[in-house]
Amino acid sequence: MGFFNGLKRSLGAWINSIFKKKRAKIGLYGPPNAGKTTLANRIVHDWSDGESFGSVSPVPHETRRAMRKEGVVINANGSSIELDIVDTPGMATKIDFKEFMAFGLSEAEAKKRAKEATEGVIEAIKWLDDLDGVLLVMDSTEDPYTQVNVTVIGNMEARKLPLLIVANKMDLPNASPSRIKAAFPQHAMVPISALEGSNIDDLYEAIAHNFG
Amino acid sequence: MILMREVQMDLVSGEKLENMTSMEKIRLILDKVKTGRIVVLESGLTPDEEVRLIEMTMTEIRVDEFSGIEIESYPSKKEGSLFDRLFGRSIKGRLTVIGPANQLRTIEKDKYQISTKVSVGD
Repeated sequence: MGFFNGLKRSLGAWINSIFKKKRAKIGLYGPPNAGKTTLANRIVHDWSDGESFGSVSPVPHETRRAMRKEGVVINANGSSIELDIVDTPGMATKIDFKEFMAFGLSEAEAKKRAKEATEGVIEAIKWLDDLDGVLLVMDSTEDPYTQVNVTVIGNMEARKLPLLIVANKMDLPNASPSRIKAAFPQHAMVPISALEGSNIDDLYEAIAHNFG
Repeated sequence: MILMREVQMDLVSGEKLENMTSMEKIRLILDKVKTGRIVVLESGLTPDEEVRLIEMTMTEIRVDEFSGIEIESYPSKKEGSLFDRLFGRSIKGRLTVIGPANQLRTIEKDKYQISTKVSVGD
């Protein structure tokens, strides 16, 4: 990052903190199958009459193109914020088509999905330059110390942009949000189940507080 | 008779990394990893360099040749002077291990320790 970019970002963050911007473009980030699209769909259903972001699937990398919904207004705890929400493809450092074949895809389908998934990761990275904040969605049943989590958090800290950790899949018996909190204690975290909608109001309050 | 297979590990000093541009570091890492080597960076990469490495890795994935990298580093630490912090230069990279995804596997990782297993290639 160059000197002037650093200066511009620092000034931007400072100005935003003073004037409390009420419109923000936020990205949903996280590893594949963390529940980003399930959460994006729930937010849209709860706060707008728009169509769903996309389909969800147990096969990793179901979302392979970033999708944006504009003007989603969230009202929580007496405040209101208008969001542009970007649902990004799952971030990964490796993509092997053979993993998709284990889910029953043919070799040709798996290779096509792998190629599109690599393009999706690049697209997710490019979006980092154009956001006001990030919802980092983690699977509460998984080890939080993945490189994707470490890298996304490191980038948001370097850019001085707000980050809210969403500890998803709280409906599963082995979910452990305390493990996520212990790993990244410097960031706000909200445990939810995007699938069942549990604790979702706490998330909306946290979004209004952190990005408003 | 037991046949011993070997894996090459390259430990790159912080001093060498300090004198390289981001692109030079990324090229050095990918060139080594694509030939099956494990690379250990003493002072790691900046968060921005980490995403650029992931981006570059995605462009180089090829079916049956290279499926990507396994990379593990500790969460970054905030350091530096007030001036550095003001201009976003305070986040320092930490020790980082990178290898081919089909050979390097992370067993356990926390704030203070990374445990990995390295398997030899076919």
